[in-house]
Amino acid sequence: MAVLERIADNTAGSASFAELCRSLWADKAVATEDKAARLCRLECGVNTLPDVCQWLTRDLDFIFATLIVEQTARPGWSLTYVFYKDAASPWVHVAVQLDAGVSALPSLVGLAHGPSFDWHERETEDLFGLKFEGHPRLGEFVLHEDWPEGVNPMRRDFDARARFVPRARDPRWEPPTVVVDPGAFTMPVGPVFSDFAESAHFLLETVGEDVIRTIPRFFYKYRGVEKIAEGQPADRALLLAERFSGIAAFAHGLAFCQAVEAICGVAPPPRARALRTALAELERLRSHAAAITGICNSTALAVATSQAALIEESLLRLSCEATGHRYLFGAVVPGGIACDPAEPNCRHLVAAVEEIAEGLRNLLRMLRYSSSFLDRLEGVGVVADGYARSYGLVGPIARACGVARDIRKLFPYAAYSAVDFSVPVEQEGDGYARLRVLFREAEQSVAIIHDVLSSLPQGPVRLDQIRPRAGAALAAVEAPLGAAFHWLRLDQDGKVARYRVTPPSFTNWHGFHIAAENFAFQDFPIILASFGLSNAECDR
Amino acid sequence: MANWVLKGLLSGIKSSDYPRAGDDAPGVSPGRPVGTRLNSTTAAEQLVARCPTAAIARADGGVAVDHGRCVHCFRCRRDVAEPAEWQQGFEWGAYAGEPALRKLAKIFGRSLHVRFVDAGACGACMSEARQINNPYYNMHRLGIFTTPTPRNADVLLVAGPVSDAMRLPLRKTYEALPTPKRVVAIGACAASGGIFGPSFAAAAGAAGIIPVDVVVPGCPPPPLAILHGLLLAVERKPPSALMSPPPQRTTEPA
Repeated sequence: MAVLERIADNTAGSASFAELCRSLWADKAVATEDKAARLCRLECGVNTLPDVCQWLTRDLDFIFATLIVEQTARPGWSLTYVFYKDAASPWVHVAVQLDAGVSALPSLVGLAHGPSFDWHERETEDLFGLKFEGHPRLGEFVLHEDWPEGVNPMRRDFDARARFVPRARDPRWEPPTVVVDPGAFTMPVGPVFSDFAESAHFLLETVGEDVIRTIPRFFYKYRGVEKIAEGQPADRALLLAERFSGIAAFAHGLAFCQAVEAICGVAPPPRARALRTALAELERLRSHAAAITGICNSTALAVATSQAALIEESLLRLSCEATGHRYLFGAVVPGGIACDPAEPNCRHLVAAVEEIAEGLRNLLRMLRYSSSFLDRLEGVGVVADGYARSYGLVGPIARACGVARDIRKLFPYAAYSAVDFSVPVEQEGDGYARLRVLFREAEQSVAIIHDVLSSLPQGPVRLDQIRPRAGAALAAVEAPLGAAFHWLRLDQDGKVARYRVTPPSFTNWHGFHIAAENFAFQDFPIILASFGLSNAECDR
Repeated sequence: MANWVLKGLLSGIKSSDYPRAGDDAPGVSPGRPVGTRLNSTTAAEQLVARCPTAAIARADGGVAVDHGRCVHCFRCRRDVAEPAEWQQGFEWGAYAGEPALRKLAKIFGRSLHVRFVDAGACGACMSEARQINNPYYNMHRLGIFTTPTPRNADVLLVAGPVSDAMRLPLRKTYEALPTPKRVVAIGACAASGGIFGPSFAAAAGAAGIIPVDVVVPGCPPPPLAILHGLLLAVERKPPSALMSPPPQRTTEPA
C-alpha cells in the first residue's frame, strides 16, 4: 500500500508517470510516453489487464474513457483502454494484443469502477464477437434479437452494404424482470412514445404507483456509423461525424477535425481556433436552452416552456446568421473553419447572446420562486456522487453531483487555454441540481463568446491544403452533453481505416437507471428531461 | 403563478405570419441550392465532384439539384469556381409520387392530428419538428396538434433513414393509424437515406417501408418547411418539386 500511496502522490507530472509505471509494473507491462501528446502507453498481457486497470481507477482515481478495438494487419486484435484524470495527468492508454485464435479476455466489470467498462464490453461483444469472461449480461445490446447469431458487423470481412435476413423472433421471448414483489408488473414505454420523443424503450417495473426499477433498452437508432465510415475519405466521413448527432454537430465535427489535424501534424490558425471556441459555446448555449425547455415542458409549466423555447429559437436563428446553418452543419473543416464572419456580424452575435443571457437570468429567477416547479425537481432522479465516479459519468450530469471534470480544462483545445472561465459544480445530484448546472454553464458560455469575439485574432481561418497522412489519433472535446472521444485511424490514401466514437450520451445513458429507481410514475418524464440525453448520439 | 401569466402577456405575439404571408426573418431558414446555369462545363463538373451525396448532376447548360439527396453541406457554395445558386425560402414540401386521389382538405383541413415517429433521425430533424410547437411557429393556430397515440392521428410524420430496429415499429405505427391517412417524411434521410442508408443498418428512407405521400427535403428542414409539408398534406398549400433543373435560357433578342 505504501508503494501505491507514493505513486498516487507523485502523479502530478506526466514526466514521472511512465517511470512510476515502470517501477511498479516492471516485469508485467511496457510503459512508453509521448510528452508532446501528453500520453502514456502501457502495453501488457491479457492476464495483467485487470490489475493495471484496477490500479488506475481505484488507486489513482483515473476515469475510463473508451475502449478502442482494432483488427490488426497481422491476424488478431488490438484493444486499447483509454483513461484520463485531471489537468496534471496524462492520457493513459492500456493496450493488449490478442492473437487470431484467441477471442476471449477477462471482463473488467468486477473491478471497483467496473460499471464504466460494462457497456463498452457489451458493445464489443456484439459488434466484434469478442468474449469477455465473467461479464454477467452479454448479447442483444446494439444488435436486437432479429439480428442473425454469430454475424459481427464491425469485423473486417463484413460488408457494410450487405443486407441481412431478419431472424424470426422467438415467440416465447419475454422482457427481463428483476422485481419479484407480489402484484409487480412491467409497464413498457417506447420505442414510439410521447409527442416528439426519440426512439428508445424503457421497461418500468412497478407495483402500482411507484416504479421500482427501470430497464432501458437502446440502439433502436443504430445506423452503424463507425462501420460505414470505413473506407471513406476523411472529408466524406466528416459528414457522418457531424450528422450522427445533429444537435451536437459542431462538437463532434470539431473532434473529428482535431483527430485529422493531429494525424496530419498540422495546427489551425489562431483565428480559426478562436472561432471554433465561439461556435462550440454557441452550440452549448443552444443545447442547454433546449434542455431547459425540455425540463420546463416535463413539469407542464407552459409559460416557462414558451419562454425557454423562444430563447432556443433565437439561438437557432443566430447560428444560422453566423454560419448559414441553424445547427452549424458544415462550419468546421480540417484545418480551420469554413466561414469567416465579418466584424459587424461578430458584434451582433455578442450583443444577441448577452440579451439571451439576460433572458435566461430572468427565467431562472422566476423558476426559483415557482414552488410547484421546484417540488417536481428537488430530490427527483438522484445520482449519488459515488455512482458518478464508478460509472465514469461525464458532462453536466456528473457536474451536478460534485464531479468537476471538463475536457475544456483537462485537455484544452481550440482557444480554451486562453480564455478564463469556470466549471460550475453542484452537489445534490438531483433534477434541480442538473437544472442549475445548465443555467450556470450557459452563463459561462456567454462570457466565453464575449471574450473570444471581442479580441478575435486577424488572419486566415483555414489552412490551404492538408496533405493526408497515415496514422491514428484520439481527439476529445467537451460536447454540450459531456466528454466525447473520437479515435480515428487513416490509411496512406487518407481514407478512414477505423473510426471509434464514444459520445457523452453513451456514457451517461448507462447511468440513467440509477436515477430512475424508486420514483413515482409521473416523475418519469421529468427524470428523462433532466438527463436531457440524445439517443441518436448514443446509438450512432 | 400570476407572475407567469404577466410574463407571458408581456412577451407579446411572436408568431410568424406564415402561411398568410411569407416570413423572411433572418435565420428562419438556411436556404438551399437550386438548379443553376453555369458558364463553363468545368465549373459544372467541379460542383458534381464536390457534392458528397450525388444530389448535383450535370444538366443542360448547368447543374440540376435533387433536393431529396441534398444534405446542406455548403460544398457547392464555398471555394468553388462558380457556386450553385442559393435560394432562400422554406416551402419545400413536395409530393412523393402521384398525389393521392381522394381529397383530404375537407376532412382534415381545420384539425389535423400528427403522430411523430423517429426512425433513426440524428436529432436535428427532431429538434426542428419540436420547434413547430414553439411560440414563433405555433402549429396550434393552424389547427395542427400532436397526439401520443397513432390511433387518433391523421398524419404520420417520420424522420430518419429507418434504422433496422425501427422498421417494425414504424410499420406497426403506420398500420395503427385509421384511414384515410397521410405520411409526411421529413429530412434528407427519410427522403433518400441521406448519408446513412442504404446500408446493413439502415434503409434508404421511409418510402421503402411504408407508403409516403409528402416529402419535405432538407438537412434538417426548418420548422416552416415542416409546416408547409403538413399543410400540403391537406392541400392547404401548393407543392414544391423535388428536382430543380437549371432555369431555361431567356430568349435572346433577335
